Amino acid sequence: MPQPPTHSSSLDMSQPEPVDLSSGKYVKLWQGPQHPGITGNMSLELTLCGDEIVECKTHVGYLHRGFEKFMERRTYIQNFTVVCRIAVPEPTFNEYLYSAAIEELAGIEIPERASWLRALNLEMMRLASFLMWTGGMSGAFGLYTVPNWTLTYRDYLLDLFEELTGARIYHMYIVPGGVRNVLPDGWKERTLEILKGTEKLLREVERVMMNNAVFKKRAKGLGIITPDMIDPYGIVGPNARACGVERDLRKDEPYLVYDQLDFEVITGSASDAYERAWVRQQEMYQCIDLIRQMLARCPESGPFQAEMPNVLHWKIPPGETYHKAECTRGEYGYYVVTDGSEYIRRVHVRGPSYTHGIAVMEKLAVGTNIADIAGLMVSLHTYPPEIER
Amino acid sequence: MNSMLERLSREFRVTDIIERNARLTTFTVDRDVAETLIRELRDREGYTHLNFMTAIDYIERGVFTLVYMLHNYATKSTLGVHVNIDRDNAEMTSIHTLWAQAWTYQRELRELWGINFPGSPRIEEDFCLEGWEEIPPMRREFDTVEYCERTFVSRDGRETTDPREHMHEVIFPERGGDN
Repeated sequence: MPQPPTHSSSLDMSQPEPVDLSSGKYVKLWQGPQHPGITGNMSLELTLCGDEIVECKTHVGYLHRGFEKFMERRTYIQNFTVVCRIAVPEPTFNEYLYSAAIEELAGIEIPERASWLRALNLEMMRLASFLMWTGGMSGAFGLYTVPNWTLTYRDYLLDLFEELTGARIYHMYIVPGGVRNVLPDGWKERTLEILKGTEKLLREVERVMMNNAVFKKRAKGLGIITPDMIDPYGIVGPNARACGVERDLRKDEPYLVYDQLDFEVITGSASDAYERAWVRQQEMYQCIDLIRQMLARCPESGPFQAEMPNVLHWKIPPGETYHKAECTRGEYGYYVVTDGSEYIRRVHVRGPSYTHGIAVMEKLAVGTNIADIAGLMVSLHTYPPEIER
Repeated sequence: MNSMLERLSREFRVTDIIERNARLTTFTVDRDVAETLIRELRDREGYTHLNFMTAIDYIERGVFTLVYMLHNYATKSTLGVHVNIDRDNAEMTSIHTLWAQAWTYQRELRELWGINFPGSPRIEEDFCLEGWEEIPPMRREFDTVEYCERTFVSRDGRETTDPREHMHEVIFPERGGDN
């Protein structure tokens, strides 16, 4: 399995020297927090020399809602309605990881059918999130047809979520002990139909975006992540896989039913904005294939909820654990500490954007043309809400 | 794993070694040797990935427990390194030279817990909060409800209900709040 070089002393991780603004050579420009080219409310404090960025500082906090503190004052069952709100485009991962951590600490084993339904839900969420990202990426490079297509198909997927869970975004479907309900009648057939359409759409996106001369010219060579940056910068997910690093938690440390599914880790060769888009494009085909495999093999009978205690008085023994899963941006994790009381002692949400959106972004932005900064940021696939939690 | 932990126990006075699950082991180490130990784990033992850094406030014991979660991709094992530091003298050696994203975590820990990491880049800069003048909000003694009542004004006609009481009284009245 290809792995990146270990920590190299030659890699410069130091902070850049501040530029002398009084010299008259530089211009300070703020991008965001409302810039439509970035996937959420985050701002970049850019220093420019001509149209080239010489310094980039990220600013977060526009979406800080204090979830981690909030959860310390809520019972375990109250928190399950909170966690999905932490990352809007992919709430399901929060539901799954919170539930998995709590179940481990409480000694609860979920039924097999619940594992299949959870994995199905996660993979559908990945597909919906990738479609949303594709819209953002193409939009950042001026290709405004693609977002209309991909967001339409994301909406079709949200229709399926709505039918299954009763909600389009905050599903609250994966609950401690299992899932809330099973697949409705005819849902499987409708899903297969949408997947067929999505597959056709992806081929169109490939023609219009990936083979577009302007997109290629602008995205190739933009924001190159080299293999020796992977570990020192904590780069995970498609951003790491795009430079040939074969790491995917679904394969390396399989959870739920991923060890029973047939798939390969998709890798690229040089992680620039174009290669990252290509990897995500291939991963969308993979999502479709995995959803089809799960729909074919998901048990149609059997329990989908474990026997649970009275959740109004649920006390969980002291302990701590860390659960992680492969979301569209890479390793998403929940670190949970319990102290035997009815309340969680500490929860820490580890989102991949924490490093991709700050340390990596600040490094890659230097030397980039101002016109490409939105494209660079989207190519790293950052969600500011998971940075500030 | 066991031989490594035995060696670490000898060389770094590692205590409270607990196997949390098949892939996660946690232990506690003294503050003065923590940075050396973490560097050793990264450079010699293959724990090259810093999953995250965070803190737990044990106000009843007067300490913050700093947690460094390190992962070894080759052995697929994760180590949770715990370091207890005094709440009243909350300061720790910076690890920003080991991982590029560490300074971001340290900035967050300084702002939200009040833990200082001397020498860490931009440690003085605001992270999530702007112009915050209260005690660091992730400290246990910070009372969010009290802060909100003092800072914000409730809109007229808006009633709030304690979710827990609501569950007892309205959603599950037949259980009467008992098991």
